Amino acid sequence: MSKGVQNSQSTGLHDVLSGHEAAILDDWIREMSGETRRSDLMKDSELRAQCSRFLALLRQGVASGSSDLESAAWQPAREQLADVSRTRAQQGFTPTETATFVFSVKKPLFTLLREQTGNDADALAAQLWMTSELIDSLGLYTTEMFLKTREEIIRRQQEEMLELSTPVVKLWDGILALPVIGTLDSARTQIVMEALLENIVKTNSRVAIIDITGVPTVDTVVAQHLLKTVTAARLMGADCIISGVRPQIAQTIVHLGINLLDVTTKATLSDAFALALQRTGVTLEHSLKVA
Amino acid sequence: MEKIPILRMGEFLLVTIQVDMHDRLAMTLQEDLTSRISETAARGVLIDISSLEIVDSFIGRMLGNIAAMSRVLDAQTVVVGMQPAVAITLVELGMSLPGVRTALNVDAGMELLKQSLNGHKAKKNVRRT
Repeated sequence: MSKGVQNSQSTGLHDVLSGHEAAILDDWIREMSGETRRSDLMKDSELRAQCSRFLALLRQGVASGSSDLESAAWQPAREQLADVSRTRAQQGFTPTETATFVFSVKKPLFTLLREQTGNDADALAAQLWMTSELIDSLGLYTTEMFLKTREEIIRRQQEEMLELSTPVVKLWDGILALPVIGTLDSARTQIVMEALLENIVKTNSRVAIIDITGVPTVDTVVAQHLLKTVTAARLMGADCIISGVRPQIAQTIVHLGINLLDVTTKATLSDAFALALQRTGVTLEHSLKVA
Repeated sequence: MEKIPILRMGEFLLVTIQVDMHDRLAMTLQEDLTSRISETAARGVLIDISSLEIVDSFIGRMLGNIAAMSRVLDAQTVVVGMQPAVAITLVELGMSLPGVRTALNVDAGMELLKQSLNGHKAKKNVRRT
């Protein structure tokens, strides 16, 4: 495609965009009024503002004559689309609904291009192809941004969960408890282990209870991570007790052939606590009040 | 040459590692300690590594070796005050130091040594009667 041809095609699109902006905007918004509109999530005025801003930036991009979206002329349009995707991802739009925002501008544009080009079929085909390609790449960019935002949200929530789920609590003077909730993977084990060991030093605790009531399944990897934590605590001079072993988990551990012989295990946290008290030399007595 | 001091406290020997361990220093400590144990007929060795911040597999193995050698010479070894980072490193290196007894601090370590020594003596008394 020679430069002259491309320019004449861009001129056609540019003329349409600058001459009929209001008409395109109305048609476009009507086009979006179907199922993908989601008027429950976004006000009409807001949508209209977004659309008219996008049209203005589109015209600016087309005016530059460049069809490369990475170029500086398209920078404002890209930024606006990124912004639209980001807010829509947070508002709860689906990817289809977000992409349709860009794709639905095709119909009004194509209608106007046909009216303007008249009977010249070759010129029309070339114009349509160029416009279609441009809108497609803008739509793909929007979807990509949408996914990126969603991934960011997921990553942030994961981090928050990680921080929430590793509390180390002090049960008694010299006794710590670590209730583990959720699956133990390598990253979490690292955090759990560090938190536990640091607290052992800080509180000078002789016994640490790791409660795995909240761990859904124990496979060889999880068991290995538990053993690592127990060994590290032992190296520092603290005893570890694993509590909250459910019957199914006990069965799995034996079936998998995991050796937990060197580790003290208890069925419930209260059993483990009683043992911990005994090890630290504390005895509890029931004091009966006689009325 | 650099040396790690070995202090005598009654029946026990106290070793405080306060510098970065390098391999030669570790070997020297091993030799010094074994000879001191036999000289003084010590019944327990307490190694304080609370200032030790960097370990490698060699130092880890050396700790295990010292414990094993002391046991042969009839002395108990207790390693005290290991830092969390050091413990994690040793575990990741696959060294769980199975023969080494550990305690949180010097106090707890002394307690442990005295306890095991008393248990030892009590057993002997039982045998005698």
